[in-house]
Amino acid sequence: MADTPLLELEDVTAEYGPFRALFGVSLTIHPGDAMALLGSNGAGKTTVARVASGLVDAATGAVRVDGVTMTREPTYRFAQAGIAHAPEGRSVFATFTVEENLVLYFRRSLGRKNVPAALDEAYTLFPRLGERRRQVAGTLSGGEQRMLSLARVLVEKPRLLIADELSLGLAPIIVDEVYETLTSIRSSGAALLIVEQHVQHALELCDHVALLDHGTIAWTGPSAEAADVVVDHLFETGSSS
Amino acid sequence: MTLALIGEDFVRALLQGTPPGTVYALIGLGFVLTYKTSGVFNLAFGAQAYISAAMFFKARQEWGWGIVPAVVLSVFVIAPAIGLTLERLIFRNLRTASAVSKLVIAIGLSVALPALFELIADYKPVAGRTPTGIVPDGSSVFYDPTGVYPFSRDELAQIIVAGVGVILLGAMFRFTSMGLAMRGVVESPRMTELAGIPADRVSALAWAISSIFAGMAGVLIAPRLNTLISNDFFTLMVLAMAAAAVGRLVSLPGAFFGGMGLGWFIAVFNTYLPRWADDHTWLEPFKDNLTPSLPFVVLFGILVFWPAIRRAVDAADPLSGVDPPPPALAATTRHPLLTLQTRIFGVCFLGLVGWLGFTQADVRWIALLSTATVLSIIYLSITVITGFAGQISLCQGAFAAIGAFTVFQLVDRYDMSALTAALIGAAIAAVVGAIVALPVLKLGGVWLAIATLAFAFFFDAVIVKFSWVGGGESALFSGTQVPRPVIGPFDFGESDRAFLALAVIVLVIVSVAVIQLREGTIGQSLRALRSSEVAAESIGISPARARIVAFAVSAFIAGLGGAFLAMLEGDVNYPKNFSPVAAMFWLVLVVSLSARTVEGAIQAGAAFALFSPVILEGSFLEWLPYFNEDNLPGIFPISAKWRFVLFGLTAIQFARHPEGMLEFGKRRATQKRNDRYYARDAERAAAPEAAT
Repeated sequence: MADTPLLELEDVTAEYGPFRALFGVSLTIHPGDAMALLGSNGAGKTTVARVASGLVDAATGAVRVDGVTMTREPTYRFAQAGIAHAPEGRSVFATFTVEENLVLYFRRSLGRKNVPAALDEAYTLFPRLGERRRQVAGTLSGGEQRMLSLARVLVEKPRLLIADELSLGLAPIIVDEVYETLTSIRSSGAALLIVEQHVQHALELCDHVALLDHGTIAWTGPSAEAADVVVDHLFETGSSS
Repeated sequence: MTLALIGEDFVRALLQGTPPGTVYALIGLGFVLTYKTSGVFNLAFGAQAYISAAMFFKARQEWGWGIVPAVVLSVFVIAPAIGLTLERLIFRNLRTASAVSKLVIAIGLSVALPALFELIADYKPVAGRTPTGIVPDGSSVFYDPTGVYPFSRDELAQIIVAGVGVILLGAMFRFTSMGLAMRGVVESPRMTELAGIPADRVSALAWAISSIFAGMAGVLIAPRLNTLISNDFFTLMVLAMAAAAVGRLVSLPGAFFGGMGLGWFIAVFNTYLPRWADDHTWLEPFKDNLTPSLPFVVLFGILVFWPAIRRAVDAADPLSGVDPPPPALAATTRHPLLTLQTRIFGVCFLGLVGWLGFTQADVRWIALLSTATVLSIIYLSITVITGFAGQISLCQGAFAAIGAFTVFQLVDRYDMSALTAALIGAAIAAVVGAIVALPVLKLGGVWLAIATLAFAFFFDAVIVKFSWVGGGESALFSGTQVPRPVIGPFDFGESDRAFLALAVIVLVIVSVAVIQLREGTIGQSLRALRSSEVAAESIGISPARARIVAFAVSAFIAGLGGAFLAMLEGDVNYPKNFSPVAAMFWLVLVVSLSARTVEGAIQAGAAFALFSPVILEGSFLEWLPYFNEDNLPGIFPISAKWRFVLFGLTAIQFARHPEGMLEFGKRRATQKRNDRYYARDAERAAAPEAAT
């Protein structure tokens, strides 16, 4: 019997009020997998990421973590199971200082003793955050807020790291650093679920690709074969549908 | 008068202000704690304090319990139980709701909880039965360490208990992770959960703690009151609000020093104002009026002048995109056929009610219908300010009272025509509304609600007492009489039926104006502001101007309605009709039914006027063949308090259906019919194609 998947979405639908965003999405991520979610705007990438971390409840279908059904469980259970999600945009506690933002996460995931070391690591990764550790996070620039929300998931070394719009708003040189860190996290055995606009970056990092189209999975497969399919889907919509 | 004497008086005032100051600080802290950890501006705090105080009173004086068990029951069992119940049943589901909708629910609870408690515990405030404190002989044993001011035992107990509470709370925030988690939950429960922290448990704990603070404060402050009445506790809470406002509602030290400062300030003011008034006669009228209202003046002043509040920016939840957008009005998505049906039904229904009202109704029914009509006019003012502009105003009662008092004064002094006076009154209300709104409009949201509440209480405590408003002493004997208008050959005082017709005409005119407002530029601007203030400003809409217009229009309508209510009853009846607490109930009623439509306001008017006499007194049974006035079942009449409980609790629905219960039901019903009609349309459209 194959090892239990770390995360499994089975025939999941999800909706925001009257608006349905996902129509029967199935995904499997095993420990150590790195999957890139690709698709055009509004295809449902962010929603898949949200369902995977419990932020959005699946309306129908099942979500399993380590083979245990977690459908419609509260979000914190997902986090306690080792799934860390860096949502898109400026997802920081705006009234907290930079350090308080990190401390809130690290205390729970790493234990009180390990917080100072984790803070050092975060500030080494993003020196800019170290300079501004006492600054209120809401007054940081957009890029700095992205760094802050990434810093905690990168340092935490979760079992599954979900990053939405990973490189959006970051300077290219920082993007390279982030990808270096992700590569090292991967090599230490963590699984990744990445939503990324830089298709090239994503394909280099990940070994699997799931292509979303209008709320359904249009294609899954290894990254090596993905390039052609992706081009087909994104640019020649007429031929594929 | 020597300098030393002034110094001694000053010190005495400070000492005198310390015990109440610590209690204000205690409530202020509880306030801040709830606001910080659940985003709820808990106006029901006063109600919670009242329940604990009344429970303590009942246990001590009626059941003869000892002090310790009574404190345990009222402060450490009942208080947190209420807090946890509110959190679990209501506010937990609302964590991501807007601050304004949480506020509305808290207002609903502040109306419902005291009534519910009095019904369940069978508690009746009895004048002259003075509550006792948590120490034996609290009010009769004094200690005077300084030789300036003797503290009673009760006062010392207040200082000690409140001080210990403050220190414990500070320690929790300073030395445990819980403080950070609590702050995280209020800003974004979802992101806190992403950090693996169960947001539910964190906010439940915060509610339990803050409720204990409320209960403690209630029990401690009770000995200062002559009789335990829930309204006094509401006033007390407004005081604590001023304390909390010093710390922008989020700073615990700010709330503490705000509370202490308020206690001292009031004591010093009360010491010196009578003396200044002796020297300067122009201060004389203020001496009696300003003292009771000082807290409200302070609160309003803090809101307007305290710089920190201007800087306070509500932090938005970065994950709010997870929530679905608000639904459109049912009427805007209706199938044309359904619209036609609705209109025909509406016309028939109104025709029937009109026919019954004008030909069949007896005096009692005409009075009820007139009340419903006039209240509907007033409620349309809430439709404008809350339904369209999305702002919570708690001083609509004051605006309505301005209209009513203007008619009283102008007719009384200048013998003016009542109708002209009503229009002038409405115009004055509009000007006052704009002036009140001006300094606080930028604050918006919760702050506007607090400011209007402060104004309502200020109006209640000071303005009404002036003889040029409330009639002063002469009103005590002859009342504030208001005649009905006479237009040409019609004397509306002669015939109640004619007055009903006049009220209906005014209601129709105001309704049309309100609909025009909604569809016009101002309405569109307000709608845009509600959707996104930033986006609206970027296309050149001035939020301040649009809101001031909305406020003025709303105040105008309220003033007009208030004038008509006074004409209907022949008297202003200020305490019964327009007191701040009565006006809060209006708001709760309108928003819980439907704040965004004209029908909603009219339904609310009918509900307010008819619910009590028809349902609670059992009149509806008299329509059935078997029953008559004398053989109604024993459960009737049901206590009118149930009205507060029921409508207060329906406000809970506000967060889930911010459009109001009726609007929600309407949308659901509309949806079904729509689906059917559109499906039939589609079939018909398909049929000819199939034939060809």
